[in-house]
Amino acid sequence: MNGIHDMGGMHGFGRVDREENEPVFHAAWEGRVLGISRACSAQHLFNIDESRHGIERMAPVDYLASSYYERWLDRTVRLLVEKGVITREELERRMAQLAGGVDPAPPHRDPKLLDRMLRATKERAHFRQPGPPPRFVTGDRVLTRSDAPVGHTRLPRYARGRHGVIDTVHGSFIFPDTNAHGQGEQPHALYSVRFDAADLWGASAEPCAPVHLDLWERYLELAVTAPGRSPS
Amino acid sequence: MSDAHHEHGHHHREPESVLSLRVRALESLLVEKKLVASEAVDRIVGAYEQDIGPHNGAKVVARAWVDPAYKQRLLADGTEAIEELGFGGVDLKVVENRSGVHNMVVCTLCSCYPHALIGLPPVWYKSFEYRSRAVREPRVVLREFGVDLPESAEIRIWDSSAELRYLVLPERPAGTEGMSEAQLAEMVTRDAMIGVALVRSPAPAAR
Repeated sequence: MNGIHDMGGMHGFGRVDREENEPVFHAAWEGRVLGISRACSAQHLFNIDESRHGIERMAPVDYLASSYYERWLDRTVRLLVEKGVITREELERRMAQLAGGVDPAPPHRDPKLLDRMLRATKERAHFRQPGPPPRFVTGDRVLTRSDAPVGHTRLPRYARGRHGVIDTVHGSFIFPDTNAHGQGEQPHALYSVRFDAADLWGASAEPCAPVHLDLWERYLELAVTAPGRSPS
Repeated sequence: MSDAHHEHGHHHREPESVLSLRVRALESLLVEKKLVASEAVDRIVGAYEQDIGPHNGAKVVARAWVDPAYKQRLLADGTEAIEELGFGGVDLKVVENRSGVHNMVVCTLCSCYPHALIGLPPVWYKSFEYRSRAVREPRVVLREFGVDLPESAEIRIWDSSAELRYLVLPERPAGTEGMSEAQLAEMVTRDAMIGVALVRSPAPAAR
């Protein structure tokens, strides 16, 4: 989707401000949002692509006005409501109960579940899945798709309808555009594609500043085959 | 919250007290529904506050600096090579800085970042300013970070758009020939592994 999250190349944002000795979290609730979100992932309540799309669907004005973990909170509530795990009314009621000093939830002691949740933060997720063989090889010149899909995609606007060169063939990875929408994992070839800055930004491009994106084969069509190989 | 806090992109739609209450309510509901174990959130937060941080990535960089065969494996397959040092949980590609080539990592669409090796991203990495500008004017952004590279140097930007994370292998600075692997690791900063800083030669007194 052409959302506010798709910020690469936008003008108007100022200097990058840094904070010396920044704490891991700026408030305790930020850490808890991260922990809850990780725990939900370990329970497979939503996948990574649904979770990204959950943030992308925030109203642009809210997205811009929110901090990072505020967006995470908005997303986590939104997805859990959509999936029927909780309701907004239930959440409001629980907030009122807690504000009154009462937490009616009994503790849930479950060492196996706890262990699984902790392991899930360390183990490699399985985004690499078997798929059809790649059509492109390193050195092929490709053209990116120039449409405007309404759903989730990882082809940013600044690189649509642009020429690039296949830099690396990464192998077959789960496809976010379908996995975010309950349409299956549909793993297929992922490539690192190199774009010359001038092909992205025209005359205002900085010299010698190529941008690399990891792009799925369905975002790409062949423009020119690599020297020395016959087209497939 | 302090003024300093607000200078760094923390704007909230709601008061912190309401946010905090909503988060507690959410956790309470998930525990009540037996979807989340009681201590899980505390333990996950603890892991990010104590165990997972740039010191992990620094060990990987230092090993690559002292062991050429390891460096070769790291650049060929980062995912496998970090497992040799006990790190994992991520598909990783390591990109090497060398004379005339500098690498810099961003995620324009969200804030993808190699957590397992360098912890949670700083606020600036997640900021609209960095996400919008790093791909379009990397030299200007780098100068704001105090890195001024010659016009002839190539700056390779890696926009992390897939489930593959990027780590920059900085150049080993001159004057570190006699240093141990552990001493080298102490010099490697988070920002150098994102590619917005260089690892500086040690001051003569520190040698």
